[in-house]
Amino acid sequence: MRTALFLLLLLAVAAIPGSLVPQRGVDAQALERYQIQHPTLAPILDNLGFFSVYSSPWFSSVYLLLMVSLVGCILPRTLVYYRALRARPPKAPRNLERLPESRRWETDADLDEVVAHARKVLGRGRARVDVVDTEVRAESGYLREAGNLVFHVCLVIVLVSVAAGGLLGYRGSAIVVDEGGGFSNDLTQYDEFSAGALFDTDRLPPFSLTLDDFRARFQLTGPQRGAPREFEALGRYTSRPGEPERPFDIQVNHPLNIDGTSVFIVGQGYAPVIKVTDGDGNVAFDGAVPFLPEDGTYTSTGVVKVPDAVPEQLGFQGFFLPTAISTGDDSAPISAFPGAANPNLGLFAYYGNLGLDEGDPQSVFILDKDDLTQMTDTDGAPFRINLSQGQVTDLPDGRGTVEFVGLRQFVKFQFSASPGLQVPLWATSIGVLGLILSLGIRPRRTWLRARREGTRTVVEVAGLDRVSRGDLGADIDEIVRELQDEHPVAANDGPDATSTDKSIDDQHEDARS
Amino acid sequence: MTLADYATFSNYAVASATVVIALAWLAYMAEWGFARQVRTPVRERELVTAGGGGDVDAHEADAPPELRRDLAGRMGTSFSILGTLILVAGVVARGLAAERVPWGNMYEFSCAGVAVAMTVYLGLVKTQQVQWLGGIVTGFAVIVLGLSMTVYVPAGPLVPALHSYWLVIHVAAAMIAGSAFLVGAATSVLYLVKARAERLTPNEEDRVGPIWRLPSSVAMDRLAYRVHAFAFPIWTFGALIAGPIWAQYAWGRYWGWDPKEVWAFITWVVYAGYLHARATAGWKGKAAAILALVGFATFMFNYVGVNLFVPGLHSYSK
Ligand code: HEM
Repeated sequence: MRTALFLLLLLAVAAIPGSLVPQRGVDAQALERYQIQHPTLAPILDNLGFFSVYSSPWFSSVYLLLMVSLVGCILPRTLVYYRALRARPPKAPRNLERLPESRRWETDADLDEVVAHARKVLGRGRARVDVVDTEVRAESGYLREAGNLVFHVCLVIVLVSVAAGGLLGYRGSAIVVDEGGGFSNDLTQYDEFSAGALFDTDRLPPFSLTLDDFRARFQLTGPQRGAPREFEALGRYTSRPGEPERPFDIQVNHPLNIDGTSVFIVGQGYAPVIKVTDGDGNVAFDGAVPFLPEDGTYTSTGVVKVPDAVPEQLGFQGFFLPTAISTGDDSAPISAFPGAANPNLGLFAYYGNLGLDEGDPQSVFILDKDDLTQMTDTDGAPFRINLSQGQVTDLPDGRGTVEFVGLRQFVKFQFSASPGLQVPLWATSIGVLGLILSLGIRPRRTWLRARREGTRTVVEVAGLDRVSRGDLGADIDEIVRELQDEHPVAANDGPDATSTDKSIDDQHEDARS
Repeated sequence: MTLADYATFSNYAVASATVVIALAWLAYMAEWGFARQVRTPVRERELVTAGGGGDVDAHEADAPPELRRDLAGRMGTSFSILGTLILVAGVVARGLAAERVPWGNMYEFSCAGVAVAMTVYLGLVKTQQVQWLGGIVTGFAVIVLGLSMTVYVPAGPLVPALHSYWLVIHVAAAMIAGSAFLVGAATSVLYLVKARAERLTPNEEDRVGPIWRLPSSVAMDRLAYRVHAFAFPIWTFGALIAGPIWAQYAWGRYWGWDPKEVWAFITWVVYAGYLHARATAGWKGKAAAILALVGFATFMFNYVGVNLFVPGLHSYSK
């Protein structure tokens, strides 16, 4: 028990760091930001596994040790319990008065009658009773230990099945633009992807989908103006090439299931359609560019990379505001509402080498400015592009034009399959039932011993709770009262009668006065 | 009434309930104050034998201290009942104003949570005579209600992720378990105080003062266990079953080690530690009670700290 307790507390402590620094599998963007903000600390934390705490060796070892300890605990206890189930209620201690609660009285009733009646009374509530000579032994609450064992066995099942689910499943996310943007379930199409060690990525189910329409509704009026109200993604999917297309309607809390893969909306935002012509007047880029929302009014940031531009590659970085309002003469506009009432695109422009040929995979949301030069005005200030929908602007030095052609929306879908993840859920549910038994049932032993003394029968009753709840005394009184109803206390003669010769009610009367 | 009327009523009701529960707290504090003036027979005998009459006169007042003490205690409980009724009305009105269950953001969760906690406390007053917890419970309730004003948002519909009946189940379980955790923590604090006093004052004769009006430390330990034994399965269900099911629908995964989930897990593990400690030699009593308090601290950190300071999917406070 001491080991289990120690490991439990260790597990609690080991879980803390994962809530304080971003986790790789939870929020990759937050992690990127964190690494940029803490250039010296981040690599150290990374080496210690702080960015993936829950799969780090130290966290895993605590939980493995806990599991070993659990199994090492369950096995012997099951054996003990099995024996206890087959055993009879134990013999009464020699001196019943030493037990936490005991009562004694004398009655004129017949010894055998008292014992027979006691057997009935003590055997209530599914207690197990034995009568040996004139001693009644009762034990109840066997289910407590059963519940406890069920609970701990369920914990083992949860630990094992969670680990197995992680090994066999996969999860990834991808951004899909509406008005016909598509996704097919292929590794290359994911923005983020992780799979368990036992998952064969060649066996991704071959479905594909097309997003026709994304509807986002925001609160228009009132104090909660701008709060999201409804997101709905409408489109078509096929579960494998050649199959007929079927429509889908995915909402938050209402995922789509395709062959065991669940598709969820986990994010959304705007994708302005941007057209860039280069210095030669050729269209070098024309497409929808997702800008990631940063706040509740969807002030979004994004990057446009134009590798095909001549004479040099072009890059843009900046903001998209769905409903721009200006705050003053010189300051940049801000977004007032998440819906697209007055879309505005604000960009800084760069030229040079985008660094795409170096082979390192690059995030589409980050502009590698190592080999880029920022374009400036005639007075040397950074050149600023500020476009409403439909507007065009010329870049300095005849490097081309940028046009904010139109506005589409994007949805970040999450695709995940985790086979058997119902198992831990069921195990936890059954575990809770076991827990309720374990915490709710009170194991109790009750004994009654009667003997003949002269013309009277001396009766002694006592009880022992393994887990005290404070109700033992009252319950013993109840038993005594019931016995005394049928076998009244002998008349009180003689000045030496002790309080235990009185009926239980009289004793309480005494206590009250 | 229009929705706006309900919303206004709710705001007034919550504010009034805060005041009334604060009065309950004052009354409970007064009960302790008066209890100090009540001399037990032992003390009086000492005073008489020492011949110090002046001290007795100084405390003379219209009503004997026992009466004032008991009156204050009864007022505390009466104010608690009144405040709870008003608060419940406020929470219900909030639900009517928003046309949904009234626990969709941190403000509502605070109000509804305090309403549940006060109800649990009053239920225990009725069945277990735990008035002695009143000071801590009402004091805590006032703090949480006060804190909730800082995260006030007007009544309105929910963000899409919260459109689920699992919200009702998951949050209701968390509130009930949390209320019981609060009562358990209050009991454990007083248990620690009382157990220490019992240790320092082994002699019955020396046991004077309000603290001896508390139940025995054994009884408090037992109550703490029963309250935690009630709360733990509900917490397990709310945080480890209903929560993950809902997370699966809303975010596409049962469990993702989001900060809120991490701390719910930590709370669960610490309370499992508490239940173990109670059955472990050398950890019974004091160490177990401290673990129960640590468990409550992690619960509160999850509610305050994680909501407000740690970014994550559950940042629903605003
Ligand atoms: C994941 C780890 C564990 C958790 C969450 C856990 C949880 C619990 C809980 C909640 C109880 C309370 C039930 C009750 O009081 O009847 C309990 C009891 C118990 N646990 Fe564990 N446990 C864990 C691991 C272990 C291990 C490794 C052992 C073996 C040493 C163990 C041995 C026991 C025993 C003997 C009891 C009964 C205590 C009593 O009679 O009250 N547990 N456990």
